[in-house]
Amino acid sequence: MAQFKLPANSVIGKGKHLRAPEGARNTKAFHVYRWNPDDGQTPVVDTFEVDLDRCGPMVLDGLLKIKNEMDSTLTLRRSCREGICGSCAMNIDGTNTLACTKAIDEIQGDIKVYPLPHMPVIKDLVPDLTHFYAQYASIKPWLQTTTQPPNRERLQSKDDRAKLDGLYECILCACCSTSCPSYWWNGDRYLGPAILLQAYRWLVDSRDEFTGERLDNLEDPFRLYRCHTILNCTKTCPKGLNPGKSIAEIKKMMVARR
Amino acid sequence: MPTDNRPLSPHLQVYRPQLTAVLSITHRLTGVALAVGTLVLVYWLVAAADGADSYRAAQAVLDSWLVKLLLFGWTFALYYHLANGLRHLYWDTGNGFDLETVYLSGKIVVGMAAILTVLTWIIA
Repeated sequence: MAQFKLPANSVIGKGKHLRAPEGARNTKAFHVYRWNPDDGQTPVVDTFEVDLDRCGPMVLDGLLKIKNEMDSTLTLRRSCREGICGSCAMNIDGTNTLACTKAIDEIQGDIKVYPLPHMPVIKDLVPDLTHFYAQYASIKPWLQTTTQPPNRERLQSKDDRAKLDGLYECILCACCSTSCPSYWWNGDRYLGPAILLQAYRWLVDSRDEFTGERLDNLEDPFRLYRCHTILNCTKTCPKGLNPGKSIAEIKKMMVARR
Repeated sequence: MPTDNRPLSPHLQVYRPQLTAVLSITHRLTGVALAVGTLVLVYWLVAAADGADSYRAAQAVLDSWLVKLLLFGWTFALYYHLANGLRHLYWDTGNGFDLETVYLSGKIVVGMAAILTVLTWIIA
């Protein structure tokens, strides 16, 4: 059931304000969500004034500068810093994206940084993705076959291979799923856009022989049909993919097989 | 480490309103409004069936400026829900999902609903 207000332990307070060093002329304020599991307090938003003349161009550069020079306790996930690992997915300036591919100068005014929305927080900007990954496992994201494996690769025509374009590029950063109001209210049972795009990736793979079973698994009022075509997913995908379209294609497959 | 005291990260509180989501929730709200509006229609029809006196009384109620304002809202709700319903029908064919088309069709829906609402009130 939809719970529009934050629970009492999640209400956000005002945190500390750290100024840029003396002499910094080109500064930008980062308002960053903080929560520490060890101090028994509720979450706060800290403000850090970052000297942009001594900072890389991306929001991730700003966050790492804060961690290196202003507050080493700031906790976030990051790895590749080039938009291919999906670790630094977070809510920046009101929408979900990757901190490493979001340029600071794209954002007017102060930069607000929160963890991915409507997720349990482990610490600061690190959300708990356990359930998200369990949902991914539930769609069996691997090739399933019954026929005897050939002595070489399973071949695919160029046209069949082209059907995977726009799907295989998904990095499972969870930006789309955590932008989806349906996933916010029913994420316990609704699979959400990221997992459904992945489900479609295996449904259209010409080499996979379990299409029927995969559709059976999705034929459910919640798992698939909580998608109401809101399309926040497609709007926010940092890789420019279209989960909304993938879900529509699954719904079409459901009708076509009747 | 205990995990049951983890806060829920903010969602509606911090997510910037997107045209996509705003049009979607408007579709649902207009649907609810239309369901309520049906009761007014039933009231009007029952009054008409009940005879001239009841009908005159109902007309007086419906003629008040407050009810007229509501009827104007319901007119918009009807056209918006209809236009956006057609948009959903188009989506069900698997088309119109690239972001540019989504925004264009959304603006067309709002524009059509506004134009048809005004036209209806000019004619009626």
